[in-house]
Amino acid sequence: MTNWTRKDLLALYDLTADEIKMILDTAQEFKKVSERRVKKVPALRGKTVVNFFVEPSTRTRASFELAEQRLSADIINMSASTSSLSKGESLLDTAKNIEALQVDLIVMRHSAAGSHNFLAKHLKCGVINAGDGAHEHPTQALLDMFTIIQKKGKIKGLNVAIVGDILHSRVARSNIWGLLKLGAKVTVGGPSTLVPKEFRNIGVRVCDNLKDTIEDADVVNLLRIQHERQRESFFPSITEYANIFGLNRETIKYLKPDALVMHPGPINRGVEVEASIADGPQSVILEQVTNGLAVRMAVLYLVAGCLEK
Amino acid sequence: MQQHDRKLLFDEKKIAGDIEKVAKAICSDFSKDDLAEIAFLGIQLKGLPFARRIVESIKKSSNLEIPLGKLDISMYRDDIGMRKTLPQIHETDIPFDINNRTIILVDDVLHTGRTIRAALDAMSDYGRPAMIKLAVLVDRGMREFPIQADYVGEKHKVSGTEHISVSWKELEGIDAVYLSQKKTGV
Repeated sequence: MTNWTRKDLLALYDLTADEIKMILDTAQEFKKVSERRVKKVPALRGKTVVNFFVEPSTRTRASFELAEQRLSADIINMSASTSSLSKGESLLDTAKNIEALQVDLIVMRHSAAGSHNFLAKHLKCGVINAGDGAHEHPTQALLDMFTIIQKKGKIKGLNVAIVGDILHSRVARSNIWGLLKLGAKVTVGGPSTLVPKEFRNIGVRVCDNLKDTIEDADVVNLLRIQHERQRESFFPSITEYANIFGLNRETIKYLKPDALVMHPGPINRGVEVEASIADGPQSVILEQVTNGLAVRMAVLYLVAGCLEK
Repeated sequence: MQQHDRKLLFDEKKIAGDIEKVAKAICSDFSKDDLAEIAFLGIQLKGLPFARRIVESIKKSSNLEIPLGKLDISMYRDDIGMRKTLPQIHETDIPFDINNRTIILVDDVLHTGRTIRAALDAMSDYGRPAMIKLAVLVDRGMREFPIQADYVGEKHKVSGTEHISVSWKELEGIDAVYLSQKKTGV
């Protein structure tokens, strides 16, 4: 039996398959808490959690906040504009000031890859990565894997396709590490400018057209085309992307009828996925949101159990 | 725990007798009509097999199918972050409405009473039972909370440096209660 021994959750790259399975197993029981009459347990009573979102977020932040409340933690929310980062304070100074308030856990989103590793090294409190640049978004990948297990009963041996802007995607990276560790076969596909061939070196199949990417898939995870990061032109137009790489009435014919359609949200309807498919029988997009809460409760519970006494 | 540093306290036969004894005591405390309204809740991990055996024993003697649920209390512990390792969370599954029911809460060993305190807290989040009774296989003494069991298989007082552990056929392949010395140091 594995024991959880980490005070931080920084990246799925760092975790063993057993540690990932332990989070997913733990999440199973936390999912039931949200289905009860009393949707709250006292596991984190007396602990203080800071949600420090230096980059904007709506659903991840709301999901973490609710997860913390359901575990009875006390919460402070900070964003870049309300913190002294906007007055020129360094990240470490801001974090040290947060820690000086006797905070137990910091859930952070930051645009700089590796910023969580840096903080975890310098702080006694636990650090949970809620997204760092294009590096990792571990809880998103965990909730994706949790959803796959709930629907397919396993991960080992499944073909999982990730479609879209792989180059800039922390969701893709976390999913790739997690899925490979649990024994899935991973394919990535999208415009060749957005799908680094180097992923082949870690055992990922790389495709540059949608048919090859998804025709054997048991699960297809559609990434959002991130307008806000698309300053340079990686493809000619959104319409062209939708026609060539979007999942629509035509392209869904490539997909196995029992394949799951996933999306980390927020969806650009009519770009990555047509509305009828996003709302259709193969879509598990809203279940991903529900499962995200359970997975984040599990992560908070495990990490809080390993803080210095 | 190695085999050689633990002593067998109660064997399979003795445990079977204890199960019988507790089942009988419960049956004599309730009329047959009331017995049909009670439910058992086994605390994960080691209370559950004991609860299942009591339910089986009552079925044999009274031909009553008494509902059995599983309760994990990890999320209700008062020592999260104080233990060296976090206890693994096991399944909670309560396949009946606990509101207005008589619940027999079942655990293997009664020691400080903290597990039972956590179980009572957990149950109050599922509803409001009419009455809660406690059944344990071994009462080892050294309570830290004002909690006592209503049904006890064996009373066996041991010191703070000693540890009592229960093995069950369905988990470890053998029914047995062992006594060992607690490991000292960290």
